[in-house]
Amino acid sequence: MATKSSWAHRLLVLPAALWLLVMLVLPLLVVFVFSFGERAPAGGYIPAFSFDNYLNLPARLTAFKNTLILAPLGTFAALLIAYPLAYYLAIKASVKIRTTLLVMIIVPFWTSILIRTYAWIYILGGRGIPQLLDWIGIEGVRLINTPYAVLIGIIYGYLPLMVFPIYVSLEKFDKRLLEASEDLGATPMKTFRDVTLPLSIPGIATGCMLVFILLMGEFLIPALLGGGKVFFVGNALVDLFLQSRNWTYGSAVAAALVIIMLVTVSIYMKLVMRGAGQREDVSLI
Amino acid sequence: MGMRIYAIVIYLFLYLPIGIIVLFSFNAGRHASDFHGFSVKWYGKVLSNPFAMDALTTSLTVAFVTALLASVFGTMAALGLQQFKGRLRVLFDAAIYIAIMIPGIVIGIATLIALVTAFGYLNPALAAAWPEWLGDAPRLKMGRVSLIAAHTMFTMALVIVIVRARIAGMDRTLIEASADLYATPMGTFRQVTLPQIFPAVLAGFLLSFTFSFDDFIIAFFVAGSETTLPIYVFSSIRRGVTPEINAIGTMVLAVSLSLLIAAQVMLRRRDRPAPTES
Repeated sequence: MATKSSWAHRLLVLPAALWLLVMLVLPLLVVFVFSFGERAPAGGYIPAFSFDNYLNLPARLTAFKNTLILAPLGTFAALLIAYPLAYYLAIKASVKIRTTLLVMIIVPFWTSILIRTYAWIYILGGRGIPQLLDWIGIEGVRLINTPYAVLIGIIYGYLPLMVFPIYVSLEKFDKRLLEASEDLGATPMKTFRDVTLPLSIPGIATGCMLVFILLMGEFLIPALLGGGKVFFVGNALVDLFLQSRNWTYGSAVAAALVIIMLVTVSIYMKLVMRGAGQREDVSLI
Repeated sequence: MGMRIYAIVIYLFLYLPIGIIVLFSFNAGRHASDFHGFSVKWYGKVLSNPFAMDALTTSLTVAFVTALLASVFGTMAALGLQQFKGRLRVLFDAAIYIAIMIPGIVIGIATLIALVTAFGYLNPALAAAWPEWLGDAPRLKMGRVSLIAAHTMFTMALVIVIVRARIAGMDRTLIEASADLYATPMGTFRQVTLPQIFPAVLAGFLLSFTFSFDDFIIAFFVAGSETTLPIYVFSSIRRGVTPEINAIGTMVLAVSLSLLIAAQVMLRRRDRPAPTES
């Protein structure tokens, strides 16, 4: 490559590189270092090298347990609801309205998750769905501040993120395969099972991974819809850093979260790669 | 047919909650849950509430500066990265990947403890080195600047990804033609490259603005004593659900919806190949 321009290119990349170094790489290293440290009386950090913080992780077991149950469950529920919609958009919907419909899926994902989750406080709260159920004779249903409310919030918040990658993988494959399968006498069910579904696995894998990763760090949905009863690791982290100011232990919780996330995702990716070729790179914007 | 009904139900599921917030923001009644006729009085209340207005100003300022920094530095990096190969490139790509994939809450925590610790060392040093005739030394603390720095980190990574995708899809022959016709590198950039990547840069700006404006979790850790609009809304919800929050929510939604639709138009405008006769 032209060497005379390379210093100019380096200058172009420099601000971004420095920014990532100071605001991302170093802070993450600080978390890692702090996680082995000792808590100062006022809540700060005393240099030390011990595994005590990690050994104490079971103290927050419930948060980890809730996260590790509700994140996969939410991911799977979102997949079940998203798949038919992605299928409709990619294969059945008319080309004319397809772009509009797609934009309508992406837009909610980029609007304030806080406001969108807040809306469900109304819907699931005492005067929302429970009151409607009351009218038709089903009494005493409580939704808000239960795991169900959190699950509904999760599906609502992350559905767009699941639809999009599946749509991309379904949209890309050669539709003549469907005709061929039909011409050869396969039932629609069999065509779906043997042609459509296997070809959309990369999209399913990407969607599940994205949703799962974001769910692992979720705070707002359990905070607003779980009412302190259903809490995730994210809620424990807010408590540790902003209320009880236990930075060193909090760092260990954060590090454990990231490690669990990385391990789960890499095992998952390995399984998926073995199952079906390549992962897709999907644009979410 | 069945599939279409399913799609309609899902779209209702996606948009009904948003509609409910908008509807109740125009509710004349005191109580959030019953509708008592149309009124814009809650908007008046919000506009005359100094705390909400302060939070709005903070959010708008932070979002604007973030979007500006992210789109300038992100575009610069995306352009420069074209010439990067080998280990540096791998490291840089890894950093971008981490920036996008790491949960926002971890970014918030990491930024908080790293900056507070760094300020703990820097402030005494600054005070010692500060010339006396300048008065008291400034104290570094968490606030708008740290919030902008954290938001810019994440959104810059986003801009790099968007602009790089556009550069990859760019017509390279035009750049070669421009060079063959003796245009200077700067001239080629201004007249050939920039017009081609501009929609992506603008989309990156709008998405960065939206992200920063809507972000709650990073700001919750990094904003110090400053209150952004999402932080204000969150703490209001904690105190109880009121029509005032619905009015703020509707305004927030209106801001992000219009920016997003603009970004989508920008990204899609030149994505499609020019229509050909057939």
